[in-house]
Amino acid sequence: MIKLTNVHKSFGKVEVLKGITASVEKGEVVCVIGPSGSGKSTILRCINGLESYDRGDIRVEGARVDRSAPSIVAIRTQVSMVFQRFNLFPHRTALENVIEGPVYVKKEPRAEALERGRALLAQVGLAEKADSYPLQLSGGQQQRVAIARALAMQPKAILFDEPTSALDPELVGDVLSVMRKLADDGMTMVVVTHEMGFAGDVADRVLFIDGGVIVEQGPAKSVLNQPQHARTQDFLRRVLHPL
Amino acid sequence: MQAFWRDATEFLPILMSGVALTVIVTIGSLLLSTALGLVWALMRVSGIGVFSGFSAGLINVIRGIPIIVLLFYLYFVMPELGLTLTALQAAILGLGIAYSAYQAENFRAGIEAIDKGQIEAAQAIGMGWWQTMRRVVLPQAIKIVLPPYGNIMIMMLKDSSQASTITVAELALQGKLIASSTFKNTSVFTLVALMYLTMSIPLILLVRHFEKRAGHK
Repeated sequence: MIKLTNVHKSFGKVEVLKGITASVEKGEVVCVIGPSGSGKSTILRCINGLESYDRGDIRVEGARVDRSAPSIVAIRTQVSMVFQRFNLFPHRTALENVIEGPVYVKKEPRAEALERGRALLAQVGLAEKADSYPLQLSGGQQQRVAIARALAMQPKAILFDEPTSALDPELVGDVLSVMRKLADDGMTMVVVTHEMGFAGDVADRVLFIDGGVIVEQGPAKSVLNQPQHARTQDFLRRVLHPL
Repeated sequence: MQAFWRDATEFLPILMSGVALTVIVTIGSLLLSTALGLVWALMRVSGIGVFSGFSAGLINVIRGIPIIVLLFYLYFVMPELGLTLTALQAAILGLGIAYSAYQAENFRAGIEAIDKGQIEAAQAIGMGWWQTMRRVVLPQAIKIVLPPYGNIMIMMLKDSSQASTITVAELALQGKLIASSTFKNTSVFTLVALMYLTMSIPLILLVRHFEKRAGHK
């Protein structure tokens, strides 16, 4: 349902994506791993048009992603995004954050959106926090509200941009378990992450990116346990055994 | 002291008519400068080259012209170009335009202080530029903008006295007229100063309230 063909992208003189070709099928969970600065996040941001790309082709369900075309709105309502730093709207409560898109972008009736919003907050374990403001919530709680906000759009896929990297270690588990449940329910997910345990347990496929190219990809277990490429082996050794 | 109170009771009614005009000029130009300033600021951050260039240029032109010259231009020059304004209209328009530059810079600072992640989150749920501004950026920018906005209000109240230069009989001009006909300079201008101060106090308290509230979040 998401298809990237030979995608190139430069920031000024620095080429961050050097011909990315990949696809994500419906219901698939794909984890993108790699060293920082390798272009992982840029790939996600290109898929929903937060970033433009210079060459190549990105398609979501057959529709070309072009951030300057009106069609980008339709794509963004189908492909939600969860950010590293949550990016909840601080002037709105958890519940208001969740219904913002449905009510003001998709023009759903407010009562309906509120009911579904409460159900989604319950689904991420935060039913009692509906009326709290983001600053009153812990990082893990904020990220779960952000996931509920993404789900409220009833997307066909969700992009996660390092969703646990800004969290205290003891809060990571709550967020990962919500994501695991989503994966079990068949949600299509692309997850940029450093959580190798999550990638190994939940992902169908892993892409290892370095220097703007896909160095290695395949079933999660085989990439993580028997990496073929020297750069993948080196990266995994550093991540898993930092000392 | 007794003489001062006697003068005060005598001059106060006349000065009050000046106060009325001062308030009208201040409120009128405040509303106009707020509206124009918001337009300039939104043009400036629109990301559209023509708009932001126009806005940046306009702000510099406005900032570079003294208010008094702007007032003279509107009141004395515009009639020659076929647009005749009353003194009050010219005063409100002139002060409104002059202050729109400061308002715009204040609003822009507030808008640009909002975390880029907020804008991305809004875009990611499918919001367009205008909706992102209205639902996400401006409500957060208001908190940042309010304390300096309060200061602009106080400056505006005082600068409304410049309308006297184009014959608007506001507080300062009324004072000058009374003083030059009675020679009671001390009483009159003490009174005028106290009246400006009295009008500023509620605004000063308002600014303090804004600052406290901004400090909370």
